[in-house]
Amino acid sequence: MKLPRVRFSGRRLLALVVKEFWQIVRDPSTFLIAFVLPMILLFLFGFAISLDSYGTRVGLVVQDSSAPAMRLAQAYQHSPYFEVTTSRSVEPLRKGMIDGDLRGIIVIPADFGDGVARMQPPPIQIITDGSQPNTAQFVAAHAEGVRSQWATIENAERGVSISAPVDVSARFWFNPELNSRYFLVPGSIANVMTMIGTLLTAMVVAREWERGTMEAMMATPISMGEFIASKLLPYFVLAQFSMTMCALASVFVFGVPFRGSVLTLFAISTAFLMPALGLGLFISAATKNQFVASQLALITAFLPTIMLSGFVFEIQSMPVPIQLLTHVVPARYLIPALETVFLAGDQWGLILPNIGMMLLFGAIFFFLAFRFTKRSLD
Amino acid sequence: MAGPVAPDSVASAVGITKAFGPGLPALDSVGITIRPGKVTGLVGPDGAGKTTLIRILAGLMSADAGTVTILGGAPSERLDDIGYMPQRFGLYEDLTVRENLTLYAQLRGLPGEEHEAVFGRLYQFTDLGRFQDRLSGKLSGGMKQKLGLACALVRTPRVLLLDEPGVGVDPISRRELWAMVGELTEQGIGVLWSTAYLDEAELCDDVYLLSEGKQVFTGPPADLTRRVDGRVIRVTGFADRRRMALTEALDRSDVIDGTIQGRAVRLLIGPGVPIPDAEALGMGSDTLIEPAHPRFEDGFIERLGGGPKGTSALATSYREIPPNDEPAIEAQGLTKHFGDFVAAGDIRFTVPRGEIFGLLGPNGAGKSTTFKMLCGLLTPSEGTGSVAGHDLRHAAASARASLGYMAQKFSLYGDLSVAQNLDFFAGAYNLPRARARQAIERMVEIFDLGDRLSVNAGTLPLGFKQRLALACAVMHEPPVLFLDEPTSGVDPVMRREFWMHINGLVQKGVTVLVTTHFMDEAEYCDRVTLIYRAEQIATGTPDALKAQAGALGQIEDPTMEDAFIALIEEQDRRHTQGEAA
Amino acid sequence: MQRIWAMIVKEMWAVLRDPKARLVLVAPPLIQLFIFAYATTLDVKHVDIGLLDRSSGAHSSELVSRIAGSPYFRHIVPFENFGQLRKAIDLQKVHAALVIDEDFDARLARGEPATLGLVLDGRRSNASQIVNGYVSRIAGEMGLELLPPRMQAAAGGSTVTNWFNPTLSYFWFTLPSLVALITSVSGLAVTSQSVARERELGTFDQLMVSPLRVHEILIGKMVPPLIIGMLNGSIYLIVAPVFFGVPFTGSVLLFFPALFMYMLTVIGIGMFISALSQTQQQAFLGMFLAAVPLIILSGYATPIDNMPGWLQIVTYADPARYFIVIVQGLFLKAMPASVVFSQLWPLFVIACITLSAAAWLFRARME
Repeated sequence: MKLPRVRFSGRRLLALVVKEFWQIVRDPSTFLIAFVLPMILLFLFGFAISLDSYGTRVGLVVQDSSAPAMRLAQAYQHSPYFEVTTSRSVEPLRKGMIDGDLRGIIVIPADFGDGVARMQPPPIQIITDGSQPNTAQFVAAHAEGVRSQWATIENAERGVSISAPVDVSARFWFNPELNSRYFLVPGSIANVMTMIGTLLTAMVVAREWERGTMEAMMATPISMGEFIASKLLPYFVLAQFSMTMCALASVFVFGVPFRGSVLTLFAISTAFLMPALGLGLFISAATKNQFVASQLALITAFLPTIMLSGFVFEIQSMPVPIQLLTHVVPARYLIPALETVFLAGDQWGLILPNIGMMLLFGAIFFFLAFRFTKRSLD
Repeated sequence: MAGPVAPDSVASAVGITKAFGPGLPALDSVGITIRPGKVTGLVGPDGAGKTTLIRILAGLMSADAGTVTILGGAPSERLDDIGYMPQRFGLYEDLTVRENLTLYAQLRGLPGEEHEAVFGRLYQFTDLGRFQDRLSGKLSGGMKQKLGLACALVRTPRVLLLDEPGVGVDPISRRELWAMVGELTEQGIGVLWSTAYLDEAELCDDVYLLSEGKQVFTGPPADLTRRVDGRVIRVTGFADRRRMALTEALDRSDVIDGTIQGRAVRLLIGPGVPIPDAEALGMGSDTLIEPAHPRFEDGFIERLGGGPKGTSALATSYREIPPNDEPAIEAQGLTKHFGDFVAAGDIRFTVPRGEIFGLLGPNGAGKSTTFKMLCGLLTPSEGTGSVAGHDLRHAAASARASLGYMAQKFSLYGDLSVAQNLDFFAGAYNLPRARARQAIERMVEIFDLGDRLSVNAGTLPLGFKQRLALACAVMHEPPVLFLDEPTSGVDPVMRREFWMHINGLVQKGVTVLVTTHFMDEAEYCDRVTLIYRAEQIATGTPDALKAQAGALGQIEDPTMEDAFIALIEEQDRRHTQGEAA
Repeated sequence: MQRIWAMIVKEMWAVLRDPKARLVLVAPPLIQLFIFAYATTLDVKHVDIGLLDRSSGAHSSELVSRIAGSPYFRHIVPFENFGQLRKAIDLQKVHAALVIDEDFDARLARGEPATLGLVLDGRRSNASQIVNGYVSRIAGEMGLELLPPRMQAAAGGSTVTNWFNPTLSYFWFTLPSLVALITSVSGLAVTSQSVARERELGTFDQLMVSPLRVHEILIGKMVPPLIIGMLNGSIYLIVAPVFFGVPFTGSVLLFFPALFMYMLTVIGIGMFISALSQTQQQAFLGMFLAAVPLIILSGYATPIDNMPGWLQIVTYADPARYFIVIVQGLFLKAMPASVVFSQLWPLFVIACITLSAAAWLFRARME
């Protein structure tokens, strides 16, 4: 095809943008994706997903009625980590373990009191529900933690200091209370921007093909540059708007600290929207069908953003082939940048390389999108 | 600046060939010239290649071979001078009428200060002023069409390309559209009008007739009809046996085509044979033969070597529907409300066994609502109806079991093969296994589907889709058939084949209810009812309606379309008088 | 009966022959199998840890070599000063950093307790907690060995037994849960398209004028997703033990009725969405809208115990919640029939509700 004869016209672009605006406002599925889904996702991630185990239900089997055993049992009952069901033996608790009601059993053995008296307490037994490994690890760690704290105090009261020779003093920077919401909520912004940037954009462009309006557009003197710009601008603004809403909700509803600058946040989200919008345009140009476009957007953008971005699951723990795969997921570069700007502040040394990678992917997707968006029905 | 333009051409294309994948090319060396101030007709059945050619002219596709010149340049250099209305009008359904116009005006660079003047003119031209703020998705088909045209006209083009503007539009809107195009040609615009309706071809100045990508005829429409001058006859005088008469006539070797027109039969006699007289036709002593005015379609059929013969293999093998005094279809005061809106009010008619009954009316008038109530797709708000003696309210499932249904849009399962579609419908109508196998074998033989059994139904050529749809509808030999614009867009030979089957079935006692705004189909009906603004405004035989309209409008020998328009205009007049009084 | 059969056969073909439907059928299960099984792990491995060793004595070297020898850690990055450490944490070059003070060796040599500093990146709080656990365990073990035996004994201890999954393998968790996820997603996807597709392609009217009754149409539309779901479930039942070594300890005779009941609930939801949608596009969005909360509230992503109380109540309406318990139980816990039934009757109630809601909506939207 020849280069478009027409020059870029701001007025035509404005007309297209105004059209797009009315469509966003009036089309129910656009509205759903742009406003309803982001809120649902944000609240699900804010409330429903939490990796912080407090009040985990465990069984406590006290086979000994001595005073020390009772004191240890009390220590478990008062621990904020556990909600304790007491029993005389393990057997009655087995059903709870099987139907998922209990996540662990702590057994204080029969000779516990005697052992404490002889200064040789026998080990307590911690049984976890291995079917949920993450919870099992926390149960084991917290149960042992409660016990060793109890032992230190118990011994100290008898004048014996058994405080561990090597004591680890851990400091959790940026998130001392270890609130998982602090990284889940900002992380969900990545999902929201993917929904709008990729899914919605892919759908609205495919819709023009499906409804035959693309054909009518092509018969007018508009250039493809104007057409693409008219799709980018409104959805860019819409995604930024949703991002802002989510950021505000993170800070004011979920109490996530915001230590960076607003400008940096916008720089990061702008950089991410380049690959997101580019991918959306590319998908729609390649498929020209709303249904297929939305499926592809889900598979190539939304799922990777959740699974492969390091948002919930640690990339370094994945097998090497999948780790390599994560490098082509633009959200992988967004997540650390987002977490940093919220929790750590403007760490340009980390943010800039990530912005660079996102822009690189943006350039690639835009190139593909332009290659595939032809001003022709062939 | 427009380049040098030949005075008699605003657009021309020479030797255009275009193929999509292997197989027959969509266009095979086709040429066309659009003259200024003239309507050029691009005529042919669906799938003939009309849309492809228009897209190539509009610069939306490139041809594999051949050249396109629009006002002396390539199409992509002349976008400002091309007005193009695609088949689905290119309207944004979420935008109002005004917003659509504004969008296209701005895209075409109409200066802002001229908007009001131009829009005012277009509103007046299209009569859409009242609906400025309505979402275009909520407009009727005819209004969408007008808006699509208005959008193509915001900046007066020199070439106007209209892709099937007449599809899905009732005769009134169609006539208005033609009037609008007439005004445009007076301004010197060259208009290309593509259509599958051959009767529209007669209204064009030049006609390019396409069939399967090939150019079959080029020239003024009269050139084609002239060839059959004197060979078209109108035979009357056998009122009750017209279907039989047509079948017999078509089986004669000297008759190459025939259709029913009200109580008359219209025959096209083959070239070089004498016009048969009454005796030769053997239709009885009352038979009256008079010459008829040849039409474009006659010329086309003759070009294609004549229509199908008269006897329907389907009808021959069909069971005889036992005679019955009860009406086969009955509507008693059928009424449907959607909220405050009355979609159909107090519709009453009865159709005896072995008749074809037509529901006519403009889009949105209520004929589809009535049709849907009778076939059980909508529950009537008031009134009752029955099909083959089964009450619609109390025995809906048995009513449904005794009807066959064929929709306007191809509505079989496109991703299923032909055989799977047949199997499904045999099962859905509860045919016992052995009977189902027999029925399917019979359908495959009658409709010549044997080679295509494993082909996806969606990829069949239009004519075969039509056959398959009919096969699925009649496999269970229902006493009643419901047809919803069954032959729109189908080429005339296929349409004749279809009606040949229907006529045959009716002779076996099958009763047919058909909705249409396609006047050819209306002519096949024994009686029709015209529904307008949810009311029945006229009911009777096609000839009676024509006579009624003739008296109203003092039209000599009105066509069914004239009758349709005259009756509706009369109703409008009464309506306004009623309001005034 | 014959009509229902015709309907079922037609629906099966519709699913298998429509390229779009095939996409729905093939892509999600494959992606879920590979990505979910391998990527969705909350395990923490291959950790890069920084080291600021100001003591450089025998004990600190011992500690560092123990950490280096642990399978959880990958690289140990030495730092010269605290500034470097801060920067490395800030830029996520390392996940955590050990700070060993100058007097570390000296204190231990004197028999005094010494403190090991550990700085962790709280941006990744879950992983940091686990890393903290690893380091504490190694440091604790080393410290204990320095104590006189009598004192070691007085400190006591604990033994940890992991029931059902002794090595805490994540596969053992993910693959059984995948049975629930895959059947939900494919069931929802196939069902939600079924009516919407007919509406969009214009075959819906054709279907409605045939003598098929509403319940025949509904049954016909429910059987294919049911078959596909059962098939998917069966495939995982074989793949999980054979390829991933996850044991199936329960009874297959309990697995299939439970899967069947769960599929009914999901198909009810899918059919409801489909009856509501005019186009396949809308059906897809509706499915998405339903699938995300269905999965997140099931307890698969994170334990239900961790959710706020009001949300825990909401999870009782999520059928996946019960089915996850059943599959995890049947795979790993040799769940007996009585426990399976205690999870099955809520599924039955939910199935009744979703199916009747779907049938009601289908009837209501027939016009």
